[in-house]
Amino acid sequence: MALNDLFRQPLKVINTGLVSFKTNLETAGATAIQVSWKPPADVKKEAVTILNAHQHQIDEANRKALDIILNGKPFLTGMDKALDVIPGMRKDLILHSGPPITWDRMCGPTRGAIMGALIYEGFATTIEEAEKVASSGEIDYAPCHEHASVGPMAGIISASMPVFIIENEAYGNSAFCTLNEGLGKVLRYGAYGPEVIEKLRWMEKIMYPVLKNAIRKLGKIDLKNIIAQALHMGDEVHNRNRAATSLFYRTIAPAIVETSENKEDTVKVLNFINGNDHSFLNLSMPASKACLDAARNIPYSSIAVVMARNGTDFGVQLAGTGDKWFVGKSPVPDALFFPGFTKDDANPDIGDSAITETMGLGGFAIAAAPAIAQFVGGTAQDAIQYTLDMYEITAGENNVFQIPYLNFRGTPTGIDVRKVIEQNITPFIDTGVAHKNPGVGQVGAGVLSAPMEPFKKAFEGLAEEIQH
Amino acid sequence: MIFKGLIKKGSYYDSVSLMILSKELNKLDGIVDSSIVMGTAENKALLSAVGLNLEVFHDAGETDILIGIKASSLPAAENALQKIDQLFNDLQHHQDQSTDKNVHSFGAALKQLPEANLSLISIAGKYAAGEAMKALKQGLHVMIFSDNVSIAEEYELKQYAHDHELLLMGPDCGSAIINGIPLGFANVVQKGNIGIVAASGTGLQEVSSVISNHGAGISQAIGTGGRDIRKEIGGIMFLDALKVLGDDEETKVIVMISKPPHPDVLQKIADHVKKIKKPVIGILIGGNPEILRQAGVIPAITLEQAGLYAAAVSKGKETGSIDNDLAQRKTGIVALASTSGKGLQGKFLRGLFSGGTLCDETQLVLKDTIGYTYSNSPLNVDFRLTDLWKSRENSIIDLGEDEFTQGRPHPMIDYSLRNKRILQEVSDTDVAVILLDVVLGYGSHPDPASELVPVIHESKKISPAILFIGSVTGTDQDPQNKKNIVRELEKAGMIIMPSNVAASELAGQIIHQLSSKQPSRSI
Repeated sequence: MALNDLFRQPLKVINTGLVSFKTNLETAGATAIQVSWKPPADVKKEAVTILNAHQHQIDEANRKALDIILNGKPFLTGMDKALDVIPGMRKDLILHSGPPITWDRMCGPTRGAIMGALIYEGFATTIEEAEKVASSGEIDYAPCHEHASVGPMAGIISASMPVFIIENEAYGNSAFCTLNEGLGKVLRYGAYGPEVIEKLRWMEKIMYPVLKNAIRKLGKIDLKNIIAQALHMGDEVHNRNRAATSLFYRTIAPAIVETSENKEDTVKVLNFINGNDHSFLNLSMPASKACLDAARNIPYSSIAVVMARNGTDFGVQLAGTGDKWFVGKSPVPDALFFPGFTKDDANPDIGDSAITETMGLGGFAIAAAPAIAQFVGGTAQDAIQYTLDMYEITAGENNVFQIPYLNFRGTPTGIDVRKVIEQNITPFIDTGVAHKNPGVGQVGAGVLSAPMEPFKKAFEGLAEEIQH
Repeated sequence: MIFKGLIKKGSYYDSVSLMILSKELNKLDGIVDSSIVMGTAENKALLSAVGLNLEVFHDAGETDILIGIKASSLPAAENALQKIDQLFNDLQHHQDQSTDKNVHSFGAALKQLPEANLSLISIAGKYAAGEAMKALKQGLHVMIFSDNVSIAEEYELKQYAHDHELLLMGPDCGSAIINGIPLGFANVVQKGNIGIVAASGTGLQEVSSVISNHGAGISQAIGTGGRDIRKEIGGIMFLDALKVLGDDEETKVIVMISKPPHPDVLQKIADHVKKIKKPVIGILIGGNPEILRQAGVIPAITLEQAGLYAAAVSKGKETGSIDNDLAQRKTGIVALASTSGKGLQGKFLRGLFSGGTLCDETQLVLKDTIGYTYSNSPLNVDFRLTDLWKSRENSIIDLGEDEFTQGRPHPMIDYSLRNKRILQEVSDTDVAVILLDVVLGYGSHPDPASELVPVIHESKKISPAILFIGSVTGTDQDPQNKKNIVRELEKAGMIIMPSNVAASELAGQIIHQLSSKQPSRSI
């Protein structure tokens, strides 16, 4: 705008800094908007210099990464045993959520879930035995994420567990996830009692074949479409999956009835899915994983392809830094607790489910889910503000997932670590809360802002990667 | 009839939004009918019914959007297809304007207020340049209120702004008035035909207030930041501002305010002024105005004089009578000094200022009557205070300087430091007179009288003979209302003069008379 043109227009001001200036401007009759500015997060100066110098390459790489993430086409195409389908899976390997971790540093819920899985797999018959085996070195541990998989909470996947197979038709990669066990005493929250093991066995022997046949009958199920519709129905598909589960149920139920041979099993399986609002979580997660994994290994890209927690550490991976993990301490979420529990009982944040936020869902889409606004201060306005904040740290807006309240604006998608640092805002995550001791289970649900440390390390790590 | 089909792959919109889009398409010239639907089997059947289930849609799936157009001509159909992306974009970005959402970045703010034309920045200096550049790159004018921006950054920003015909006011630009809107610290002045360019914030405030209080008005008042006229910056914005005011139709008279510029910069300014066909009044606080005079500028010595000249010229009057009036007033002040100086104890003057330029001006006025004064920002380096927390003899302190404002709001907003210093000064039995500036306007303390009146009363308990003299920069239209503030301060026993110059002259005269009586008093 040429200088003289300014004199012919009403003054419209973006005010960054003193709020009183904004008030003054408005009193004097100008239009003004306040920027709630924060200084950037503190990272090494050299890293800032390097990333600034390569801004155009990074922007270009991010466009490419975002394009891949947005154009993913995740379909549920089948089911199989983990051992037979997850790349690199072995009988003596147990996958867990979050970044890599050794037994001695694992949190209570993860240990509990591993001990439960060892009993389920027949490595042990008592919990004492299981603990001994777990720490003996006979068993190897690896992150789900390093095996194209994701798991909620403790995220334990062992060889015999049946898993969903999700294929990203646009890019040919696959992702895997176990079946959701429902609420209450469940393995993913670190419970390992006999009823937990029994349920896992039932899921393997009865539910798995029924579902597998039904999926085979349908050929494939478009998960992206279900998620997009669910967002219009009040889900953000992390802490609220009620609509998505209903849509999934509507899709799969006729095929189950048609393919199942045993009426009793049919009823049980249908009721199990129907009775568990979180059934779809174990599909929204691998659907997100499949889209994000396709955007790995894009040199220079500062977009996150993984955010995951193992209950001890919070880990981040970027599209531009290969298999490197950037790790910081996992925080305890702000939560609403079930009767009888308090924050003192809560384990630090845990699970691979933050893959949904990485994909522009969950906390990033909480404005679409007013029904769970009580987790974020109680009003729909609070929920909307959280989503709006996330637009400031993302590379783009989703082309498919939308927020009705924001006039169908696409959800904020593609976390750009540069923006996280510059805006000093970390991703906002919806989450469930596990008891810190093994064997207890879920104690609440809530939200948290991701810790800054892993993002600082990722920022500096990308600079290092670019320099070498 | 032309049929055209387009598929947007892998997208999802609800049917209501898509129907609205197709309604928009139907409004376009030459469009007979259109349909935008998700590619479900049911929707394809609907398309068939209206003859729009085109062959290209055959393989489209449920997550694809099918756009079918029936048009009277090929160009009309193609035009409609070109509009599609914009329509989808509008749909996605049509934001609710009614609620004020919290935004954390310039980019997000610009999305919410896309027609923004100025960015006002008052964050910590080391981040200010980055934020300013973001705004310039988006074509916004910028005012940087923050100080502590490096001179290299200032140069880069100003060069960029100059190349893109943008205004970059600052850094350390305290005051501006654009389109009648006060920015930063600024007064509510009458609209008018006088344009101001100022490399001095309080200079701008004092001159614009004087103009407004004398029945004239301001078109635009552009601040450049105090360093603009240094050699390193070369007056980039000062010259651009002169140019734009020279071209501005509403501006009939121009006032330039600055400390003495670097000689090269002064020459550039003089060369530029020669091209301006409007009257230009110039004040170089403490500088030699000869080069300006040769360039056709009407030179002023004080801020008040500059304001009075401008007001007169803008109304087509001569400036000669102003000089006479001011000379007469000076004679009056000598008389006033002898009456109001009666019964004073002590012999020294302590000036405590919130406005840097007013502090400079006072020292210049005093030089003629009582010589150089001690200061943290002295005219003569020999008079620099070694301990700025402790005045000596006649001292004039600029409390707005960095060493006082570190970690503290500016003294125009926060009076606590000055109040404390006043009590400290009056406890010194050698002190006879306290000289103050009171700056009103947006940005400043909402009620300075509520701060000063109690401290004046307390001072009189400590030193009953102490005399307070001052001036109030501002207008009756300011949120604080100059008339009310003056009345309350006078009620507390403070002498309020019509300008900083007059207040300084009075204070100087009193001290001068006290010191000439001194020998007889000491007997």
